[in-house]
Amino acid sequence: MNVFLALTFSGIALGAVYFLAASGLSLIYGLMDILNFAHGLFMTLGAYVAWDVASHLPASWGAPLLFVIALVASILGGALAAGLTEVIIIRPLYGRPIGQILVTIGLDLAVVGLLLGGFGSNSLSVPVPLWLIEASHVGGLSLPNSDFVALVAGVIVLVSLELFLRQTRYGITIRAGVENRDMVSALGINVGRAFTLVFVIGGAMAGLAGLLYAVVFSGDLISPTQGDSLLIFAFIVVVIGGLGSIRGSAVAALIVGLVQDYANFYLGSHPGMAEIGNLSVVLLLALVLEWRPRGLFGSTL
Amino acid sequence: MSRRRGAIGLGLVVLGALIPYIGLHLPWVLPSTVNVVNSTGTLTVLALCFIFAGVALGYDVIFGYTGLLSLGPVMYFATGVYVFDITLTHWNWPLVPALLATFATSLVLAVVLGAIALRVSGIAFTMVTLAFAQAFYYLIEDNPHGLTGGDTGLALYSSRLPAFMSGAVSNTRNLYWIALGFLVVSYAVVWLVTESATGHVLVAIRENERRLEVLGVHPFRYKLAAYTLSSLVATGGGVAYILLIGTAVPSAVASVTVTLSILIMVVLGGAGTRWGAVTGAIVYVYLQQYLLKVAAEPSFASLPAFLRVPLSQPQFLLGAIFVLFVIFVPGGVAGVVVRRRLRVAAERFDAASATPSNTVQEEP
Repeated sequence: MNVFLALTFSGIALGAVYFLAASGLSLIYGLMDILNFAHGLFMTLGAYVAWDVASHLPASWGAPLLFVIALVASILGGALAAGLTEVIIIRPLYGRPIGQILVTIGLDLAVVGLLLGGFGSNSLSVPVPLWLIEASHVGGLSLPNSDFVALVAGVIVLVSLELFLRQTRYGITIRAGVENRDMVSALGINVGRAFTLVFVIGGAMAGLAGLLYAVVFSGDLISPTQGDSLLIFAFIVVVIGGLGSIRGSAVAALIVGLVQDYANFYLGSHPGMAEIGNLSVVLLLALVLEWRPRGLFGSTL
Repeated sequence: MSRRRGAIGLGLVVLGALIPYIGLHLPWVLPSTVNVVNSTGTLTVLALCFIFAGVALGYDVIFGYTGLLSLGPVMYFATGVYVFDITLTHWNWPLVPALLATFATSLVLAVVLGAIALRVSGIAFTMVTLAFAQAFYYLIEDNPHGLTGGDTGLALYSSRLPAFMSGAVSNTRNLYWIALGFLVVSYAVVWLVTESATGHVLVAIRENERRLEVLGVHPFRYKLAAYTLSSLVATGGGVAYILLIGTAVPSAVASVTVTLSILIMVVLGGAGTRWGAVTGAIVYVYLQQYLLKVAAEPSFASLPAFLRVPLSQPQFLLGAIFVLFVIFVPGGVAGVVVRRRLRVAAERFDAASATPSNTVQEEP
């Protein structure tokens, strides 16, 4: 039972990271009909900016402070990369949806290639406080502290995103745009600004997801291609949750995280089944599509 | 016009078939370190060009003609590589049953997974095909029952393979011809299908699927057929690839990067045209190998880092070229040519109609 509870906890933490990666993707798709392949790149860039900033600051500042700065840097790095992408290469292609997908693919390949050339394919280590590697004891369970960080970050982002989308003028514009973009621009509201804004928000969450994924699940290591592998799971979460729905992304992220975690533990130890966690997630996707092609919370497709 | 193009095509195939006999020394242009046209290295690169040209043609049926952005072709390419390799190397099957098993596996996979993926349309279809292809990649990496060799790969080794097909250096010429033959066959198949009534339905799906449904045509069957056809062509490419290269490594034959390369080839050349896909693929593979050769030159290392690092990464250069093409050259190389042809035709039409229209105006 304890094992099951511990697994559930780490599955939820994994789901929190998937949520951060997927919600921006879902929002961008909902508003702009773009399948943003560069989202994986934003995750990778967030992690690399964080690494770069943290490794240039004096170690005497102490690991906890450096880690907080790295978290902020990953958010800003992802947001900046996404904002520039939208303004420079997405904007010239409004009205050409396939073209927009293709440029994000090209951008991802090009910049990942650049990172591979600049940093090599080997992983780099992000400095983290010792506390993060340790575990806390809660009611007889030993739970990794890094999982708590991911969980707290996921909850904060979910709550603030919901508040932003429901309470602020910009948020309401975005939601209206997801519902009916033509109507919003017919009312004289500048939808172009909302496009840039969702990219910046999505990029910020992606950057954070990139760093947290490294800290929580890959032993503080970052590599140029990590974002691309995380992106596939983000896609799966978005399709299962329903394109354009933040709540759908949150629920689907939890389900995907849990399924992957359980499958890895209970089945992955058998020979030749090391990848069963990843496979089970794809199987889940196929089942959901058979049963409900528009996803759990999707309205139309 | 059509006869002239047929003659050009036939001429190119004959020229391609004769290349192994051309011992010309060509510095600067060839992608291998030995600057001779029929050297093993050059023939291998050219054979790779042909293999990917065939695969790109097949992919153009689903992407360019039918308008479905599938990210699954690598799965069927990898099926060709691995099923053929496993049946020969591990199970020691003779050539023909191995080939049949390879294409049968691909057919079943394409029909089943295609039917599931085609339950959704647009972007969701793209994501689902990507997820399936990625699952396939994980499966291969997993090395189930020691079949695929996992990350270390699986070398093709079989005594049942006819001697002229084995990977020995002296046979490169034969494997080159097999690759060229694969390209010719895929071109013929794609040509037959896209010019047929079915091909017109596929284009109609791309242009307006709803309208087709109103006319009483079920697009699903046609979409599945296009998906299956392009998958089988990719499988053929996989078979030619493993014969030529001799080793199956997941990162080279099963990762999503392969799919993206095929997509880039088709877009660079011009989606929805046959020769566009072929041109795009040949230019892409050639450029990729050539850039690697340039980056390995000793003089290259003396460049300053801000030039050397980007230029040593074909992935960066090809990605950047791709972005510029999508923004500034929509329709790819074929689009440029078609637009020019249309302009010339329009000018000719204007010139021809100038005199009569003047007389019409003067008459009253």
